[in-house]
Amino acid sequence: MRYILLIYSKEVPERRNYDAHWRLIAEAERRGVFVAAEPLEAPSGAATVHLENGRSFVSDGPFAETKEQLAGFYVLDCQSQEEALEWAARVLAACGGTQKVEVRRMPGMGARSSA
Amino acid sequence: MADVRSIAEAVFREQSGRIIAGLIRISGSFDMAEEALQDAFASAMDAWAARGIPANPGAWIMTAAHRKLIDAVRRERTRSEKQDSLAYETASAGISIDVEHASENPMTFPDDRLRLIFTCCHPALNVLAQIALTLRTLGGLSTPEIARAFLMPEPTLAQRLVRAKRKIQEARIPYEVPCGDRLAPRLAAVQGVIYLIFNEGYSATFGPELVRGDLCAEAIRLGRVLCELMADAENLALLALMLLHDSRRNARVLDGALVTLDEQDRSLWDRKAIVEGLELVETALRCGPVGPYQLQAAIAALHAQAATPAETDWLQIAALYQRLLAMNPSPVVALNHAAAIAMSGALEDGLRRIDELERAALLGDYYLLHSARADLLRRLGRMEVALAEYRKAAALTKNAIELRFLERRIAEVGGACGTSC
Amino acid sequence: MRYMMLIYSRETPDPLTPEQDHQVRSGHRAVMQETAQRGIFLGAEPLAPTSTATTVRVQDGRTLVSDGPFAETKEQLAGYYILECANLDEAIEWAARIPTGCKGQEGCIEIRPMPGLTKRPAGPADQAAVNH
Repeated sequence: MRYILLIYSKEVPERRNYDAHWRLIAEAERRGVFVAAEPLEAPSGAATVHLENGRSFVSDGPFAETKEQLAGFYVLDCQSQEEALEWAARVLAACGGTQKVEVRRMPGMGARSSA
Repeated sequence: MADVRSIAEAVFREQSGRIIAGLIRISGSFDMAEEALQDAFASAMDAWAARGIPANPGAWIMTAAHRKLIDAVRRERTRSEKQDSLAYETASAGISIDVEHASENPMTFPDDRLRLIFTCCHPALNVLAQIALTLRTLGGLSTPEIARAFLMPEPTLAQRLVRAKRKIQEARIPYEVPCGDRLAPRLAAVQGVIYLIFNEGYSATFGPELVRGDLCAEAIRLGRVLCELMADAENLALLALMLLHDSRRNARVLDGALVTLDEQDRSLWDRKAIVEGLELVETALRCGPVGPYQLQAAIAALHAQAATPAETDWLQIAALYQRLLAMNPSPVVALNHAAAIAMSGALEDGLRRIDELERAALLGDYYLLHSARADLLRRLGRMEVALAEYRKAAALTKNAIELRFLERRIAEVGGACGTSC
Repeated sequence: MRYMMLIYSRETPDPLTPEQDHQVRSGHRAVMQETAQRGIFLGAEPLAPTSTATTVRVQDGRTLVSDGPFAETKEQLAGYYILECANLDEAIEWAARIPTGCKGQEGCIEIRPMPGLTKRPAGPADQAAVNH
């Protein structure tokens, strides 16, 4: 079962060092759970597309003005939620700051009906 | 030498927008373009002081800036090629120089100002960033000048500019004029920014001054550039609207006090601006499908054409506001519509509409709602309630000159009231 | 450049009507098919609702686990797309076509450029992990 580990962070470091993450990725690969890991550009680099009355308009910035913003994510293929949570703790350690990780199940899209 | 400096400054004002627009296209970098331009001007000051002012100063600067830009880009490329795989991201990763075209004669380069203005006004940038970038690159204003105009500390504004340029790079906002379906909303955004700059100059939200003439002049200049670069009825209408508002600049403030439209000395209105504005409105209305700026410009034209307040065609104005309301159902437009209806003779009707607006809780904190209602009540002779409304408005305005005007009304109405208020 | 499109929508307890469901699905299908045809589709996933979410954080050296999403905002992350686009405008065009959620009309799409991880360190990093 795939889980996404969403990393929320208050601070956006000017320069990011990914060494700790690479080590974690290597281990996740060895265990056969690694699917993907990506940093995201800082929220100031975001744009939001809103849909209102059938028309779309664009605004600057992330959609939510929360102090904590999505900084990156991992996708791991785990046996259970507990295993996903264990990895979440290790992702936090790799981040090294005051981040939070939200773990969500990825149900997949199921059978695609033909067009 | 005073001569060299003033000529260089004049060239900067006239041409820097066009020069920098081209430099950005070639280098893909706002920062490098600005640096090359500044270097070119510095060189110009030295070279012209020593060897005299060239026959075509603008071309001299353009050529020098291009040369410095190519050199800078080549240096940057060599540097990043020499480095091993980067551990961290750098801005230079985004540069894509158009080296072949760079060796062409700079004077034959296309005018890239349209790309520049659409990029500066991209909706993925916050509005202040849009305004600051537009004024900085197209307006040729310095960072301290912009900071002063918007009553912001200079380091704050400088930081905003840095972030905006970084965003353009990192999010890959393209240096393009949007085409097809994309154009209309983006053009509206550009018009919006120019009009925001004008309004900031025309009736400052904060601070002691009501009108900051240089911002208005800058907005009008940008409006002209936009019309020059892109034929569009709404562009013409925007320029007309700004010219017509600006024509009243000298009559609007007297001895530091606000003078309302009906009390202004119309002989102080700038006739030249009015004539130009009226011509533009006519052309715009003939040109294209009617848009919000055309309607607003037509309203401004009706005011401009009235020799005295009594001759103002309020019925037409009310009808125009009604059409504007259909396009742009904002509470502020509704307020203006209500006021126009009142002024066309149906005072009670206007008042009722304003009451409805307040009940809908749409403009509760907007001082002009209370000020408008106070004015109508005053005309109806209902002095006690008028006074209460003027007081509410006074409590809500943040502008010192508007406040003084309201206090004057309070004194007048208070006097008419007698001791019962 | 790769862009991640984060779909934020209001989670509602009511199920969609068959018409609404069809509209949302065909909207997603259209975007996925067209982007796949152009070779720019890199992935898209729905996420299970926030009622199934768990948040992990570290405090004073201890790992704390709590039920629910990290923030109780009205609109929640419902899924994402990853598309390879030439620039932000192209990303915006695709994002405007992505259905934003349960009823397809509400919500919004946040677009974030994906800078990618920097270059992977050579062997020694893996060695270091093993030695720990």
